[in-house]
Amino acid sequence: MSAPAKIAASRLADIVGEQNTSLEPSELAAYQAGGVTPSGVARPGSAEEVAELVRMAGAENLALIATGARTKLEMGLPPQRYDIAVDMTRLDRVAAYDPGDLTLGVEPGCGLAKLQSVLAEHRQFLPLAVPYFRRTTVGGTIATGVDSPLRQIFGTSRDYILGMEFVTGEGVAAKSGGRVVKNVTGYDLHKLMIGALGTLGIMTKINFRTFPLPAESRAFVARFESSKSAFEMRDRVVESPLAPSTIEIFSPQAADLFASEAAARFEARPIAGDLLSPKHWAFTSGFAGNEAVLARCERDLRAMAERCRATGVTVLGQDQIAGAFGRKREFLPIALESSVATAVLKIGVLPRKMNEAVTIAARSADEHGVRWAVMARGLGVIYFVLLPEARDENARGRVAAIAENIMAAVAGLDGHATIPWCPREWKSSLPVWGRTRGDFSQMAKLKKLFDPRNILAPGRFVGGL
Amino acid sequence: MQINHDLVRGLERLLGRDRVLSSREDLLLYEYDGSVEEARPQCVVFPRSTDEVLGIVRLANQFKTPMVGRGAGTGLSGGALAREGGVMIVFSQMNRILEIDYENRRAVVQPGVVNAELSRAVAHAGLHFAPDPSSQKACTIGGNVSENSGGPHTLAYGVTTNHVLAMKLVMPTGETVSIGGAAVDAPGYDLPGLFVGSEGTFALVTEITVKLTPLAEAVKTLLAIFDSIDDTTETVADFTARGITPAACEMLDGWTLRAVEAYVHAGFPLDCAAVLLLEVDGVRESVEAQAKDVAEICTAHHAREVRVARDAAERDLLWKGRKNAFGAVGRICPTYYVQDGVIPRTKLPATLRRIEEIGKKYRLEIGNIFHAGDGNLHPLIMFDARDAEQFKRVVSAADEIIQYCITAGGAITGEHGVGMEKDRLMPLLFSEAELGLMRSVRDAFNPAGLLNPGKIFPSGKGCGETRIRPLPIAGSASR
Repeated sequence: MSAPAKIAASRLADIVGEQNTSLEPSELAAYQAGGVTPSGVARPGSAEEVAELVRMAGAENLALIATGARTKLEMGLPPQRYDIAVDMTRLDRVAAYDPGDLTLGVEPGCGLAKLQSVLAEHRQFLPLAVPYFRRTTVGGTIATGVDSPLRQIFGTSRDYILGMEFVTGEGVAAKSGGRVVKNVTGYDLHKLMIGALGTLGIMTKINFRTFPLPAESRAFVARFESSKSAFEMRDRVVESPLAPSTIEIFSPQAADLFASEAAARFEARPIAGDLLSPKHWAFTSGFAGNEAVLARCERDLRAMAERCRATGVTVLGQDQIAGAFGRKREFLPIALESSVATAVLKIGVLPRKMNEAVTIAARSADEHGVRWAVMARGLGVIYFVLLPEARDENARGRVAAIAENIMAAVAGLDGHATIPWCPREWKSSLPVWGRTRGDFSQMAKLKKLFDPRNILAPGRFVGGL
Repeated sequence: MQINHDLVRGLERLLGRDRVLSSREDLLLYEYDGSVEEARPQCVVFPRSTDEVLGIVRLANQFKTPMVGRGAGTGLSGGALAREGGVMIVFSQMNRILEIDYENRRAVVQPGVVNAELSRAVAHAGLHFAPDPSSQKACTIGGNVSENSGGPHTLAYGVTTNHVLAMKLVMPTGETVSIGGAAVDAPGYDLPGLFVGSEGTFALVTEITVKLTPLAEAVKTLLAIFDSIDDTTETVADFTARGITPAACEMLDGWTLRAVEAYVHAGFPLDCAAVLLLEVDGVRESVEAQAKDVAEICTAHHAREVRVARDAAERDLLWKGRKNAFGAVGRICPTYYVQDGVIPRTKLPATLRRIEEIGKKYRLEIGNIFHAGDGNLHPLIMFDARDAEQFKRVVSAADEIIQYCITAGGAITGEHGVGMEKDRLMPLLFSEAELGLMRSVRDAFNPAGLLNPGKIFPSGKGCGETRIRPLPIAGSASR
C-alpha cells in the first residue's frame, strides 16, 4: 500500500463509515480503470459525503474516479493517478419523479434498467437505449456520453437533461439548470459534465425530461448488397416526411458478431432469423405512431427499399422487437468481447458523407488485413470496430495505421474521429482523442477552473485533461 | 461615462466614419432594448467581418473600455444594453447567410441574420430554423444564441441550444476560436452547450452553424375557448399528464385576448375567460388523430368551443394574434412589466390562481399570455407610469409572483434571460458558492470583465433597489 493511501484509510471511514470503505486488494481490482488500481474505495451515501471526500482528497492530494456499474472504465486514456474509487451505487434514489410534469430527478448510482422500469409504470421512458443496458447506471451513461439510436428523434442527453447537482474538484456542491423543461437562469454548467468522464465534477443528481411511451411501434429492416445502397436508403428515409425514431446501419460482419457466444453474455435472446445476414448491409429503423401512421411508414419504407434495390425486407411488430432485436443495443460490448484487441473508432461526419467515410475506413482496414465491422447512426455517427486476431505490436501497428488513415480522411470531410476503446497498452501510442482541436485551450481553462488540483479522473479526457 | 476621443478615432480608422456612431442623438436609439431598462453606450459600431470585430475588441482592450454585442435590440432583459457604457457592437451589417447545406440540413450564418429570414430562405426546400421567438421577424440569430431563445414551437422542437452545432467566436481577450463542429459529437467538453445562453458574457459570436429542421407534412391549428381559467390550465396539465405534446400550446387570458382582437381582428371571442392556441403537426396520418385527441381533452375540461383553422390564412391570423399580443396590449396600456417565470406544468392551475390573488392584493391588472405547454409564464402587469405609488406595488407583485414560481419548483426566467433585469433575483435560486462558480467561468473567458459587464450576477447593492422602470410606448413591440 502506498503512503497516501494509508492516510486515506481512516479518513475514508470517517466520512462514509467503516462498512462503506474498502482497502481489500481483491475488491479493489474490480475498480481498475485503464489498468490502474486504486488504493481504496469509498461508497458515499449523500452529496455531502461526496463533497467531503473530494475536499479530503484535495487536501491529501489523492486522485478520485467516480464509478457506477464499472462497465466503461476502459474508455478514454488511462488515468495519470487514481487513488480512490468513489463508488456511487449507494446514491441510487429516484429523488423526484413527477409523471404529470414529465420530469424526473435521479441520483447517478441508480441502475438505468431499474429507472426505466419505474418510468414504464407510468408509460414513460428516457430515450437511452445504451450499451450495457442491464447493468449500467444513469450516472455512468451520462458521464461517458454513450449514445442511443433514439437520438435520431429525441436528441442526445444534452437535449433532455434539465439540470444537475454536482461536486467540483474543490469539493463545492453546486447545481445548474433546474427541474423545469424550459430555463435560461444562469449558465448551463451541467452540459459540461455530459461525456466528460468525470473530469470536471462528480454528479450527485441529474434532472431529466421524460417522454411518453408510444402507443405502437415497429422495426423495419432492409438488406442490401452494398453500403452505398444502405446509406442511400438512409438518405431517402431522412428526406421523406416520415420521422423514424431510430436509424442504424450495420455492415455484414455485424451479423456474425451478434451470433457469437460473447453476444449471449449481454443479451440472451439472439437476433431472430434472417434479420441480419453476413452477406448484406442492413438498414434498420424504428417508428412509432397509430395504426394509420405505422401502415403508411411500412408502405413507404418498402417502396423506398425497393428503389434502393434491397434484397430483402422484414418488419417486426412491437411484441417482437425486444426479443428479436434486443442484442442490437449491445453492439459495442459484443464487439469488445469479439477480439483480444478490439479497437473502436467513433467517427462523426456530415450525414451524407457517411458512406464515403465507411468506404475509406473499410478499404484501409482491408489493406492492413484487420477484420472490421460497422454500426452507423442516421445522424452522422459511425462506430468502426477493428477486430485484430492478436494483441501484439504487429496488430497495434496495423490499427495505428488504419486509425491514422481514417482521421486524415474524416478531417477532410469536416468530421472527426476518436478511439473510445482499444487495448490499454496501446493508448499511449494511438490518437485516442483524435487530432488536436482549436478549442482545446478553452477546454483546458474549464478543467483548471473546475478541478484546480487535478484530482478528478486526471488525464482520462481529451488532450490528457 | 465620458467619450474617449482616441478610442472613437481608432474605431473610425478601423471601420470608416459611417460605421461609428458617437453623437448624443445617434446614441439615444441604442439606450433601449425590449425590456424596461436603459443604459447609454459611449459609441456604437457596425462591423462587417470577424476581422473587424477582432479589431474592435483589441481597441476596446487597449482603452480598457467595456463592450457589448447587440443584434436587433429586441431582448427583454437588458442583455444587449451597455450597462457600464463603452462600445456597443451592433451586428446588423453582419447579416449574410454564408452557406446552406440542404442535404445535411445545416446553415452557416452571420449573427445579424434575422431569425425569420433564415426560415424564409430555406422554406422552398421544406426546411426551417425551428426556434421561433415571437419577435422572429426582427430578432437576430446571434441574439437567439446569446439568450438561448425559445418560442411557441419550442415545446416540441426545442430551444436555440438544441439547434446550434458550431460557432466562431471572438474572445474578449482578442483572439478567435471555433467551437463545436458541423458533424455531431465534436470531441471534448460541450462548449456550444455552455456558450449558447451565456448572454454575451463569454465571447462575441461571429458565425453560427445551425441545424435546419424539416417542415411537417401536415399541420392543424386549433383554438379552444374556455369560460374559466381553471378549466384552461387543467386542460394543459392534462395534456402533459397524458403524454400529449402538441407542437405548440399557448394560453391567452380574456383580458389580453380582447386587446389582441381589437388589434388584429382574428375573430377571437371577446367574452371568454381564456383560450388555448394549439398546434399539432406530423405526418398526415397522425395529425387528424392528434387534433381529435387534443379537442376531446379540451371538451372534457368544459371548453365552450374548439375551432379548427380551415386553411393557412386562418392559421396565420390566429398566430398573428399571438405573436403581436404584447404590441396589442401596448396599444391599450402603454406601460407594463412582463415576467418570464417557469413552473412545473402540474402547478399551472394553482399558479394562475395565485397570480390572480396577487393582482387583487396589489390592486393591479395582470394579463397572462404565455407558453402554457412549457409552463413558461408571461404575466403582464399593467400600470400608469406617472403613478409612483402604483409602481411600487408593481414591483412587489412581480417579486411575489417570482417567489411563488421558485417555491413551486420553477425558475426565474424561461427564455428572456437574466440580463440586468433579473440579476438581483439570482440569489433566490443559487447559493453564493454557485454564483461564485458561474462568475469564475465567466472570468475564465472574459478575464478583464470588459465584455458585457454588469449582467446576470447581482451587483451587491442593497436588494431593496430596483431598476424596473416604466416602459415607453410599446405599441410596435412584438414578442
